[in-house]
Amino acid sequence: MKYDKNSGITDRLRLNKKVAPYVFISPFFILFLIFGLFPILYSFFLSFNSWDGIGQMSFVGLDNYAYILTDDWFWDSVRSTIIIFVLTTIPQHLFALTLAFILNSTFVKFKDFFRTSYFLPYITSAVAIAIIFDVLLGHRSGLINAFLIWANQLPPVEFLFQTFNFDLPARWLGEPRLIRFSIAGLLTWRFTGWNMLIYFAGLQTIPKSLYEAARVDGASIRQVFTKITLPLLKPVIFFGVTMSIIGNLQLFEEPFVLVGADGGTGRAGMTTAMYLFRTGFHWRQFGEGSAMAYVLCIFIIILSLVNKKLFSGGGLNELRQ
Amino acid sequence: MFSRKSLLLTVMAFVMAASLLLGGSPEIMAEDVTTITVAAFPDQDSGFEAILDDFHEKHPHIRVELEVADFDDHHQTLLTRIAAGSNVPDVANVEIAFVGDFVNRGGFENLTAEPYNAGRFEEDIIGYKWAQGTNDDTGNLIAMPLDISPGTMFYRRDRLDELGVDIDDLNTMEDWIEVGEEFVAEGDDRWLFADAASVYEMIRRSGDHQFFDDDGEPIITSDKFVRAFEMAKEVRDRGLDGQIGEWSNEWFSTFEEGTALVHTSGAWLGGHIQNWMAPETAGKWGVTNLPDDMYINWGGSFVAIPEDAENKEEAWEFIKYVTTNVEPQIKQFEAANIFPSLLDAFDDDIFEVSSDFYGGQNVRELWLDAARQIPEVNTNRYDNIAEDIVGDALTEVLEEDKDIMQALEDAEELLRRRMR
Repeated sequence: MKYDKNSGITDRLRLNKKVAPYVFISPFFILFLIFGLFPILYSFFLSFNSWDGIGQMSFVGLDNYAYILTDDWFWDSVRSTIIIFVLTTIPQHLFALTLAFILNSTFVKFKDFFRTSYFLPYITSAVAIAIIFDVLLGHRSGLINAFLIWANQLPPVEFLFQTFNFDLPARWLGEPRLIRFSIAGLLTWRFTGWNMLIYFAGLQTIPKSLYEAARVDGASIRQVFTKITLPLLKPVIFFGVTMSIIGNLQLFEEPFVLVGADGGTGRAGMTTAMYLFRTGFHWRQFGEGSAMAYVLCIFIIILSLVNKKLFSGGGLNELRQ
Repeated sequence: MFSRKSLLLTVMAFVMAASLLLGGSPEIMAEDVTTITVAAFPDQDSGFEAILDDFHEKHPHIRVELEVADFDDHHQTLLTRIAAGSNVPDVANVEIAFVGDFVNRGGFENLTAEPYNAGRFEEDIIGYKWAQGTNDDTGNLIAMPLDISPGTMFYRRDRLDELGVDIDDLNTMEDWIEVGEEFVAEGDDRWLFADAASVYEMIRRSGDHQFFDDDGEPIITSDKFVRAFEMAKEVRDRGLDGQIGEWSNEWFSTFEEGTALVHTSGAWLGGHIQNWMAPETAGKWGVTNLPDDMYINWGGSFVAIPEDAENKEEAWEFIKYVTTNVEPQIKQFEAANIFPSLLDAFDDDIFEVSSDFYGGQNVRELWLDAARQIPEVNTNRYDNIAEDIVGDALTEVLEEDKDIMQALEDAEELLRRRMR
C-alpha cells in the first residue's frame, strides 16, 4: 500500500471533477438567487397585486399599472429624473472625455496622481458627500453663496445675475428650480472620474501609429481629437452613456441624502426610484411601487435602445475591415 | 477514594447548593432569563435606557435589549419584519404618525384580549391617546399608549425682553405676527419662525380631527386647513420666516443664535434643545401656550406586541411596567421630555419644579395644563399619505403662489385617488 493515512482522508473529501466547478461557483449563484432573482420575480408578481405589507394580497390585474400611469406625481418624478439625467450626463461625459484626452497626451506629468484624484469622489461615502455639499450649498451659511455674494460686487456679475433674475443668497436646496441643478452638480462631481477612467482605457487601445501618421500629415490637436479619437472611441462612448442611463434613471442615494426622503421643496428632487420607494415602504402600497419599478425598467430599456441607435458601430473593428 | 467524576459531581452539587442559599443571583440562573428585544427610535431610547436598571431589578427573569434605528428606518424595518413574520422585536415602539396605519392593518396582538386584559387600564390613561391606539372597526386596543406630547411654543426670552414685550400680551396669531414684524425690522437674519410651514403644522393638528372625519372622509378642504394655509402664507409674504427647513444645520443655528424668535413644536423639542442642539443657550428660553387657545397633541408614541413575537408574555410585562407605573413614566419624562400618558403621573412632584434652562419658569406645569386640555383626536390609516400630500400642497402655495383653495382641492383629489 503506497497511500498513507492522510491522503485517504483527502481522497474522501475530494470532489468529483465534474461537480467541483459548480460547487466552487455556487456561492455566487445562491446569493444571486436569494438577493437578485427572487426579488425581481417577486416584485413582478407583486405588481399585479394589491398588498399593504401585512394583510392579505389580492389580485388586481393591470390596475396598478393603470393607476401609476395616470398618477401626476409619478410623471412629475419621471420629469425630475429625466431633467437631472440630462443636466448631469452631458457635462459628465464632456468633462470626462476632455480630461481623459488631456491625460492621455504625452505632455502631462504625474498621470497616476491625476487619475487617482479624479477617481476619488467616486469612492467617497454618500454620507460624507452629503455633509460636504450641505456646507457648500447652505442657504445663509453656504460657501457657494458666500462666494457669489462676493462676486456680486463686480458690476458685470451683478448685471448677469439681474438679467437672469437670480436672487442672492440662493436657496440651492430650497427652491425647486435650483434643487435639480444642485443634485446634478453633485452627480457630475462624483461620476466624472469614473467615466474618465473608462475613456482613458478606451484611448489607450487606439494605436500610437494613427496619431503619428496624423502628425506627419500635419493635423492639429483639434483635428486629431475630432477625426481620430472621437470616431474610434464611439463604442466606449456607447458603453459610458449606457451606464449613465442605467445609473441615473435609478437615481436614489444622492438626492435622498441631499434633500431628504420627500424630495425637497415641490418634490423637485424626488426621482422615480425615490417615489417608488416612498409608495412601497412609506405608504404601504407595495403593488403600486412594484409596478413603478417595472415601468421604470421599460424606460431604461427604451432609452438604451435610442442610445444604441445613436452610438452603435464605429470603433477600431470597423476600421480594420 | 473519590474518582475524578464523583469529585466533579460533588463540586457541582456544592456550587448549586451555595447559589440557592445565597439567593440565586440572576447571573447563575441564566437559563431562566428570557431576553426580549425592544425596537425604538430616538429619543424614546433615552427614556427606555433610563428605566432599564429598575426594570431588570424588579423582573430578574427578563433581560431587555434595545434596538435603535432612526425615525423613518425604524418604522420601515418594523413593517418589513412584520410582513416577513420573522426576526420581529418583542416590543415595537410606534410613533403617532404611524399608529393609525399600524393599528388598522393587523400584524399586532390584541391587547384587550386574554392574557393581556389591557382594558383594566383604560381609565388610568389619557382618553384620546387610548382611542388612537384602538382599531377603528373592532374597538380592540392594539398599541398601548406610552407618552403624549402637548404642543407648545419655545420662545427666546432674551429677545422678547429686548423688544420690551410681555409674553402675557401675546395670545393670538395676530399678536405674534405684530411682534414678529418688530423683531424682523431690527436687523438682518431675524425671523419670527424658522419656517412658515411650522405655522401650518401647528394649526393642522388643532381640533378633534386630523385629516379625516370619523367616517374616514378627508376634511382637508375644511376651514381649519384654509386657515392653516392662510396663516403660513401670511407669515411667508410678510417676510417673517427664514425659509429654513427643520432638522438642517441652518435650523440648528437658529436655536444657537436666537435668530428665530419662536419655535412651535411638541414638548419633546425642549429635550433636544437642552441636550444637544443649543445647550449653551440655557436660561434664554421661555415656554408658552400656542396662540388662539389651541391645545394640540404634537408627537408621542405607543408600544405594541407583534403577532409573531417570541416572548409575548415577557413583552407584556415590560409594556405594563413602562406604561402603567408612575415611577418609570416620570423617569422617562426626566430623561428626554417623554411626557407621561398615565394620569396618575400627572400628580407627581416633578410638575412643581421650575427649570433653570427656561429662566426659572415652571414649564412642566404649563405642559401639564395644556395636556389636560387636548381634545380627543382621531387617527386614520391614511394619515401619513395625507401628511405628504397636504405638505406638498403647502409648498405649492408658499413657493409658487398657487391659490389656496385650488391647492387644497387638488390635494383632496390626489388623496382620494391614493386611498385604495
